[in-house]
Amino acid sequence: MNCIIIDDEEAARLIVSQLCSKVNDLDVIQDFGNAIDAIKFLNQNTVDVIFLDIHMPNFNGFDFVQTLKNSPKIVLTTSDTNFAIEAYEYESIVDYLVKPITKERFEKSIQKVKNSITQQPKILTQDYDNQNIGEDLYINIDRRLIKLKFNDIQLIEAKGDYIEVKTVKETYRVHNTLKKIKEKLPEKLFLQIHRSYIINFTKIIDIEDNSVLIERNVVPISRSNRPELMRRLNLL
Amino acid sequence: MEQPNLNYIDQLAEGDIEFREKFIEIIKNEFPQELIVYKNAIKELNTIAAADIVHKLKHKFNILSMKEAYSFSVIYEDELRAHKVDMDKDFQLILGNIIDYLKTI
Repeated sequence: MNCIIIDDEEAARLIVSQLCSKVNDLDVIQDFGNAIDAIKFLNQNTVDVIFLDIHMPNFNGFDFVQTLKNSPKIVLTTSDTNFAIEAYEYESIVDYLVKPITKERFEKSIQKVKNSITQQPKILTQDYDNQNIGEDLYINIDRRLIKLKFNDIQLIEAKGDYIEVKTVKETYRVHNTLKKIKEKLPEKLFLQIHRSYIINFTKIIDIEDNSVLIERNVVPISRSNRPELMRRLNLL
Repeated sequence: MEQPNLNYIDQLAEGDIEFREKFIEIIKNEFPQELIVYKNAIKELNTIAAADIVHKLKHKFNILSMKEAYSFSVIYEDELRAHKVDMDKDFQLILGNIIDYLKTI
């Protein structure tokens, strides 16, 4: 197995690394002082296990877990016991180690990871390119079906019982819900970043802390959707 | 007063001198920096920043086998998040104790 370690404290990373060195078939590929660098790494690399500190500035451990699709096994490392219940809400989290971590407890954790990998059902990976989807969407306006190309849609905004579909040239007001239109949109192109907004991911001009700029539209990013947006970005 | 030690690190090291030295190097580097961050936060009455750094420091107390200091810090962190700084004086005694210890290793 291979693993990475994420912890904002160098001393803590060194300790986990030392514990890993005592396990025969476990290699530490890299360690990270913050979650963002780890996300960039995981966009291009595959690992079996992540040892993850929960309490980190800006982007904490749970924010990080939410960014992962087809997540590796995660072992949380923390000096707080308060997060244990929340931790087990995530399928990928297999154990919760309270610092200071003893060798004996760490070995148990490794066994849990191995067991969970062995018992893991085969998961079909999502392959966006092979999805059976067309390139356009028909919307019903005044009994007229109007064809919109996915690529022309910039964003969709929920407004009460209606949604507004914004393209470069026009805005269409449709009696429908954001949830329903989301089901018709290819995940490769579209992402919900707020309870009232779905954006065409390819139309982003720039991103500030809590908002995305698409053409002249400033779209808010909700805290819960931010990790997924960060995961999808091709960060340098 | 409770004294810090390297018992936990020695247990993990199992004779690995390189690991032990690396740890000492890191803690000698990190701890004084975190001490400054803490003092500045208290000076500026930024109790949330102080709580965040106490959270980090308490992990180091654990590593240095200081159970009482750790328990104290758990309470102090909560106090700071409630904007109370009454425990600062005693906390600084713990920090001073560790600074003295780090000079000996």
